[in-house]
Amino acid sequence: MLDLAFDLSPGVSIRPESFGALLYHFGTRRLSFLKDPRLLAVVQQLPGSASAREACLSAGLAADELPAYARALTTLVATDMIKERT
Amino acid sequence: MTDVLPLVEHFALGLDAPICLTWELTYACNLACSHCLSSSGRRDPRELSTAQAKAVIDELQRMQVFYVNIGGGEPTVRADFWELLDYATAHDVGVKFSTNGIRLDAEAARRIAANSYVDVQISIDGATAEVNDAVRGQGSYDVAVQALQHLADVGVSAKLSVVCTRHNISQLDAFKAIADRFGAQLRLTRLRPSGRGADVWDELHPTQAQQRELYDWLVLHGEGVLTGDSFFHLAAYGEALPGLNLCGAGRVVCLIDPVGDVYACPFAIHDAFLAGNVLGEGGFARVWRESELFLELREPQSGGTCRSCDQYDACRGGCMAAKFFTGLPLDGPDPECVKGHGELGLAAVAPGTAPKPSLDHSHKGGVRGGPVPIQIGRRRPDKACDENPLSALIP
Repeated sequence: MLDLAFDLSPGVSIRPESFGALLYHFGTRRLSFLKDPRLLAVVQQLPGSASAREACLSAGLAADELPAYARALTTLVATDMIKERT
Repeated sequence: MTDVLPLVEHFALGLDAPICLTWELTYACNLACSHCLSSSGRRDPRELSTAQAKAVIDELQRMQVFYVNIGGGEPTVRADFWELLDYATAHDVGVKFSTNGIRLDAEAARRIAANSYVDVQISIDGATAEVNDAVRGQGSYDVAVQALQHLADVGVSAKLSVVCTRHNISQLDAFKAIADRFGAQLRLTRLRPSGRGADVWDELHPTQAQQRELYDWLVLHGEGVLTGDSFFHLAAYGEALPGLNLCGAGRVVCLIDPVGDVYACPFAIHDAFLAGNVLGEGGFARVWRESELFLELREPQSGGTCRSCDQYDACRGGCMAAKFFTGLPLDGPDPECVKGHGELGLAAVAPGTAPKPSLDHSHKGGVRGGPVPIQIGRRRPDKACDENPLSALIP
């Protein structure tokens, strides 16, 4: 997962909030919550990064934090909030 | 590290903008439903103009309010309804609108099908014409079913929106069958004693036994049935129902009424819950972020007399509007508290002292074919002092 590149899915908007952010998918009408400002930073870095790992590191994460963030990104893929770049 | 989970604790303290909000476009309505939460009927001459409504949409776009729940009154009777709908979705504000179906012909259905950011909810309060029309008025069942048919014909999956009453709790499976027949999704919401609902609440609100039946049914059907998070007071039965289990008034939701007044929630049209007006300086954003009322609602709640209850964390004292309009203190139990605490509270409310809605746009003299309440199984006690409801059954 960490070696793949991702973009926001079409129709997804991000609204930053004090706790992190709200993500809304206009297509599925699904709302998700990013409970962590650093996860928001990772998601914001994704489109400009060659891989999820690069996005995490650009967002200032330490190497031992990556597995937990990879799990969160997997959840966002499963709910179609982010999509693998093809 | 944290996960992607709902965050009730943050929500209780309020967000920079609502997650969604209800916007009633007009008080005008062709029907005169006996339980109308906004006492609708006649248009208010001060209703927002097309230009003013578009300015509100611009502001919602800037605040990133992802969608609005449009209602009324009957929103589709506004001449600019479709114009506003298209304007909203073109400005990143999705629309979910509620209608009784009166204007939902084949052409309107095609229009909805062509706009992927629009959802439509058809209101129906009985799975049979008899039960529905007693509350919503003669012929309203057939109109709603016709609208569902038009939507199904063009492949739109509508929502079938039901207010749960004493007369339709026994029809939950039948509602589900109707929804399935039209490829629609069922949405069940709670009857509130708001607007004209206050006048019929005693007769229409579900009994304790029915509340339990409803809860069990909701648990069984899980996320397949929508509830607008309106039954969180039932969480005190045990397992929480899907959704945000808290009162979102002024914290994650609010109401903009047809004249632009902003209330804490759609069920609280009363001066006590009026936070400001979208036409005031600073617009809606200022009302949402700075109004005294909303800031107060975002303060930690004391829980009042409910604090000592072992289920307080589950139901959080229930619905603010339901308490207010039945005359109960806001920091005490919900009138439909599943532990029965609300009933004790209600018994102590002196008749006629509950607050009345601040506005009434009801049709004067009613409408043709208006609702006629049904009376079922309510026999008078045999003797004045005989209050046992079983007395008539004892041979």
